[in-house]
Amino acid sequence: MAHFPKPAEGSWTQHWPHLGTAPVSYDDSNSPEFFELEREAIFKRSWLNLGRVEELPKVGSYVTREIAAARTSIILVRDRDGQVRAFHNICRHRGNKLVWQDFPQEETRGSCRQFTCKYHGWRYGLDGELTFVQQEEEFFDLDKADYPLVAVHCEVWEGFIFVNLAKEPKQTLTDFLGSLGTDLAGYPFGEMTQMFRYTSTINANWKLFIDAFAEFYHAPILHQRQAVADEATKLAGFGYEALHYDIFDNGHSVVSSWGGMSPPKDLNMVKPIERVLRSGLFGPWDKPEGIDLSNLPPAVNPGRHPKWGQDSFQVFPNFVILVWEPGWYLTYNYWPLAYDQHLFEGRLYFAPPRNATERMRQELAAVTFKEYALQDGNTLEATQTMLKAQVVTEFPLCDQEILCRNLHKVVQDQVAAYRAETETETPVSVR
Amino acid sequence: MTTPTTTGPLLPAGFADLEPFAARWALATEAERYAERLSSSMPDMQAFYDAAFPRLEAALAHCDALDITALPEDAKHLMHLMFSLVNVSFPVEAWKQPNVPESGAASMDLVHEPML
Repeated sequence: MAHFPKPAEGSWTQHWPHLGTAPVSYDDSNSPEFFELEREAIFKRSWLNLGRVEELPKVGSYVTREIAAARTSIILVRDRDGQVRAFHNICRHRGNKLVWQDFPQEETRGSCRQFTCKYHGWRYGLDGELTFVQQEEEFFDLDKADYPLVAVHCEVWEGFIFVNLAKEPKQTLTDFLGSLGTDLAGYPFGEMTQMFRYTSTINANWKLFIDAFAEFYHAPILHQRQAVADEATKLAGFGYEALHYDIFDNGHSVVSSWGGMSPPKDLNMVKPIERVLRSGLFGPWDKPEGIDLSNLPPAVNPGRHPKWGQDSFQVFPNFVILVWEPGWYLTYNYWPLAYDQHLFEGRLYFAPPRNATERMRQELAAVTFKEYALQDGNTLEATQTMLKAQVVTEFPLCDQEILCRNLHKVVQDQVAAYRAETETETPVSVR
Repeated sequence: MTTPTTTGPLLPAGFADLEPFAARWALATEAERYAERLSSSMPDMQAFYDAAFPRLEAALAHCDALDITALPEDAKHLMHLMFSLVNVSFPVEAWKQPNVPESGAASMDLVHEPML
């Protein structure tokens, strides 16, 4: 029996008939060949989030980001005009990686007035211009203007930095985000600058972890030991239903959920440390002061439901923004490393704490996030292992798993379109 | 690098009862706190929890009276000690074992955290 109303069609899934209701093939998550196609069809063409502007606080601040799925490394830098720019992290002289510390494969960050190559000392300005060539007179007709850093399309939405690796992106970032971008704009992301960033290498296809966090059908079961015993039984009996789902253009989607525990109705539901600190998995129970959360943009709590607790916005292909009712947010980025491995990044953003108590509440929320994510990550490895057995390749997805259904459909459709485009050039087989 | 090395008291006056736990648990980074938890026995963590949990609110009251962006060293140690309490509360209150159940070989590294 439904606890919350569904669309007139009888289910969320049937509200978008193109999704179908049939079992879904997970061959897209278990194939080296399919991953090779995803690199081209998705990761070299989509707008990809690489972080936020606060990570580049002043002129000359830079970070590097490894994008293994596109086999490149990107430098993000704030230039002399205060604009965020992106470049491929390669020296134009002989292809050395330009910015790195002790280990070439590891990301780095810092602040500089120019970039200097470790190999032969070529230098580049913050705008990418080649400014110095060691023993320039030894070269043959070399015009420095012909050898700037290779720029990458870079745009900022609400403080989130996106790049697009295509030579000419098919859409601007604004068009790509569409109504999701318009309707979520205005949320006070820029005021929640206290950031915790987790990373984890997970031995599972990137889509499997997106699936895990795109449905909460698993929550009362997988995480039942995190609640006190009576509450765990009650949660499992109730199951999970979302308040609202939406599917947008370009593969984006949202699941909107009830809150449950901010604060809990019965304090005996939660663990002693949560009772004392008034914080937990759902974040600090009390809203931060000084941030106006009274007039939220229309994308937040789209059902305008009084029991609303959080919205999980899935920005295609691999970025999630999760907005919590008590006034903080999370982001997830999923970076494929191989068909059966990815790097997960989770960032928690809070209002800067005004005192020790607020800081301690954030610590509990951040530690709790890790305890849950460890369980989620490990489960995915178990899933990937059995996908490899290829005993079962199609799986029934319920109405609460509509976002998983949507993600796999959009990925499969985009790969199919790419194959159709390139079929005449290089035939590739997918099992 | 971040383990307190001074020989005098690490914690503010008034928290002498927690001093026996400070050298081991007043650790500045989550990575150190989590590693200490994983390498500790349940009786050790229970003893730390039983001593520190009843003092959490007093510790916060002490630190709340100070500027969070400019805490003196002893107050930082007290905060770090209570960050460790938050970390061991999971084994003590929920798991009954140091590591997260069903987490196997999975890891989740805090690569950026706000420092005191």
